[in-house]
Amino acid sequence: MAFAAPNETYSGKVFEVTIGADKTAVFGGENVLPFHSFEGNAPHRPVIAYEVQDVPPEDWPETVKKVYEGVSNDPVTWAKYCQDTLNAQAIALRLVGTHPDRENRSPEDAAKTVKDVLAAINVPLIILGSNQIEKDSAVLVSVSEAAKGKNCIIGKAQEGNYKTIAAAAMANNHKLIAMSELDINLSKQLNILITQMGFDKERLITDPMCSALGYGLEYTYSVMERIRLAALTQNDTTMQPPMLADVGMYVWKIKETQASETDLPQWGSLAERGITWEAVTAGSLLMSGAELLIMRHPEAAKAVEKFIDELM
Amino acid sequence: MALTGVEIFKLLPKTNCKKCGHPTCLAFAMKLAQRQASLDACPDVSEEAKKVLGEASAPPIRSIALGSGDKAVKMGEENVLFRHEKRFVNPCAFAVEVKDSMSDDEINNTVDGVLNSEIDRVGQKLRIDAILVSNASNDAGRFEGVVKAIASKAPAVPLIIATGNPAAAEAAVKAVADKKPLLYGADESNADAMANIAKTHKIPLGVTAKGLDALTALTEKIKGLGVEDMVIDPGARTAKEIIEANTYIRRAAIKKNFKALGYPVITLAQRDDKMVEALIAVLGVTKYSSIVVLSSIEKWKNLALFTLRQNIYTDPQVPMQVEQKVYKIGEATPESPLTITTNFSLTYFIVSGEIENSKVPTRLAVMDCEGLSVLTAWAAGKFTASKIAQFIQESGIENEISHKELIIPGYVAILSGAIEDKLPGWKVTVGPREANALPAFLKSR
Ligand code: B12
Ligand code: SF4
Repeated sequence: MAFAAPNETYSGKVFEVTIGADKTAVFGGENVLPFHSFEGNAPHRPVIAYEVQDVPPEDWPETVKKVYEGVSNDPVTWAKYCQDTLNAQAIALRLVGTHPDRENRSPEDAAKTVKDVLAAINVPLIILGSNQIEKDSAVLVSVSEAAKGKNCIIGKAQEGNYKTIAAAAMANNHKLIAMSELDINLSKQLNILITQMGFDKERLITDPMCSALGYGLEYTYSVMERIRLAALTQNDTTMQPPMLADVGMYVWKIKETQASETDLPQWGSLAERGITWEAVTAGSLLMSGAELLIMRHPEAAKAVEKFIDELM
Repeated sequence: MALTGVEIFKLLPKTNCKKCGHPTCLAFAMKLAQRQASLDACPDVSEEAKKVLGEASAPPIRSIALGSGDKAVKMGEENVLFRHEKRFVNPCAFAVEVKDSMSDDEINNTVDGVLNSEIDRVGQKLRIDAILVSNASNDAGRFEGVVKAIASKAPAVPLIIATGNPAAAEAAVKAVADKKPLLYGADESNADAMANIAKTHKIPLGVTAKGLDALTALTEKIKGLGVEDMVIDPGARTAKEIIEANTYIRRAAIKKNFKALGYPVITLAQRDDKMVEALIAVLGVTKYSSIVVLSSIEKWKNLALFTLRQNIYTDPQVPMQVEQKVYKIGEATPESPLTITTNFSLTYFIVSGEIENSKVPTRLAVMDCEGLSVLTAWAAGKFTASKIAQFIQESGIENEISHKELIIPGYVAILSGAIEDKLPGWKVTVGPREANALPAFLKSR
């Protein structure tokens, strides 16, 4: 019997999202499963944003902390370093210093940091809160205003705070990350709630919640795959925003990226192990549907870029 | 395509003689359709029906063993395209390439690497599964010598004999035929000779062609030559080619029951850049390869790939769990501390591993929370104060220890008061949040 290519026809399409004001980045737009360009259109590469923080990364493991030695004391130098030296296509500024258990910086402080970073870079900026529901709703409102006109991504809006954050992102013309906890129905519901406020669904980015390789990765992987299938095969428009994998922050807190080779000789070299862990986590989430990645280690990001080169 | 119960029924004798242990032929047919019975149970079924049913009930991807004995690896038998539909069945094998042009020292080092590659993770022993020996030297004598040397150094490790030269293949296969190696390298130019070797030695044959049309023609030809067990290589080398070929192969087999491509797939992932090689392996693990061939096996790379394979191949419905009971870690005495956690395998193995690291003999009470992690179980109402209290009381642990102190995970500190209320006389101590702080915590007590 002759072989006939068993092509799939998809009825839906992922929304195409453009971010940035000066230099821009575009992702999404495909009408096929990840990298299935053999049976449809996948016009854009996934985008990798480099993570920087408003406070020095004291809690990051050595392997990734030392990359940013000398620049990470100040978010502006750090972001410029990522853009100019590491060639980052986008920057993700995480305002961990606003967390009440950390430096508890005020929304005004955060707005100033955002303005300073924006003034120093020309690549797109993703602005993330500290993941504290109440504080984020104040901080993200103030940074949305500070970044007006810059076409940033604001995040993350969650069930507990999406109203204020979505309203601010809408008023200041930004894109918005909607994050729920590893459940396709919760994810769909949050997207619906946000669009019911009048927020344009084509300006959303879905974060189904990331997890690191070995620490729940299979859940993120399958939720992403199911979201993508719903978007493409059922033409479910609530599931058509591109997806985010917030990789670095989950990877660089687990044991495999920190335990020394002396303690665990059977695990091999610590530096390579950590970098590979981030690259492999990111690589598998690309296979399940992520279009936007936030990463920390430049070598992991570069390996993933090479992987994408080969896949496109 | 799988037959329905009624379609199967039409092929049965329809005498309702009950010899199969079922009241009627139809009842038996229904069981067959659900793969809960075997056709052998009916003594009167015709040869014709056997043939039709045999073919229809064969899994869409043929089951093939790589190697023999304890460390043999099962491949194939997959039923779905996406892991959330149903558990992926046979985890893909990792093989490292040894070129016979390498020096004996280099070869020995690599084989040692394979022998020492085993890592315990979440209760499973994971390792580099196989060695692919390639005839890069083009010297048949050297090839045979290297294959023999590897087989004697690593007798249990499955071998893949990689050459397109039938003479070299014959000699090498003959030397290790009892180990049931995979002979990889049948192509359009040598199919007859290679099929013959595979048939003579009853070993599976790796078949390679550029593109799926050519591959289809080739597997059909080789099947016609009497070789049933094949592993296929569609000639895909870049990531873009691999995802396309592997997706088409899996879909053709599963959705169209296309037998000519219903075989396990071998993927060559070797790259100079080790990080990129790991990512090509990611593609193989997630997208349908049954064997992924690597150029090197650094421990850090192995650990990441083993972990990914374990993640992708776990059952999506049932988390990996351990038995509910009070485990003793080290030489625990009645005075030793008592800790508690949930029965999610990952949680248990992380926590018990850290307690071992502490060298402080300790009891770890593992409570059945349907395989959920501490925080998930807490959020789902399965790791609550009253359930913990009930578990501690029913476990009978009070009779085994000389104190009444329970150490709980830091993430559920909020439960401490309520547990004390429900367990009169007990003191609840809040442990650290992350298990890696447990050694310091236990030692400082
Ligand atoms: C994977 C996952 C799931 C999986 C389940 C996986 C499983 N088998 O448990 C799924 C998708 C099913 C799931 C579901 C839910 N989840 Co969930 N899930 C996660 C996730 C991503 C990882 C959990 C995990 O595997 N951790 C790894 C294990 C090893 O961690 P652990 O058991 O806590 O053990 C560590 C420590 O507690 C400590 N430790 C453990 N035992 C002990 C003992 C002692 C003595 C000590 C000292 C220390 C200690 O050591 C370990 C390592 O450091 C987390 C978020 C995250 N990234 O952590 C959310 C998370 C746990 N989930 C959460 C929630 C809310 C839910 C749901 C209720 C929501 C929903 N989607 O419906 C459901 C509930 C489940 C249900 N109804 O059945 C929340 C819990 C929030 C909270 N603080 O209460 C979390 C934290 C996400 C979040 N940020 O909101 N989840
Ligand atoms: S043994 Fe065969 S013929 Fe007899 S009842 Fe069973 S299926 Fe029917």
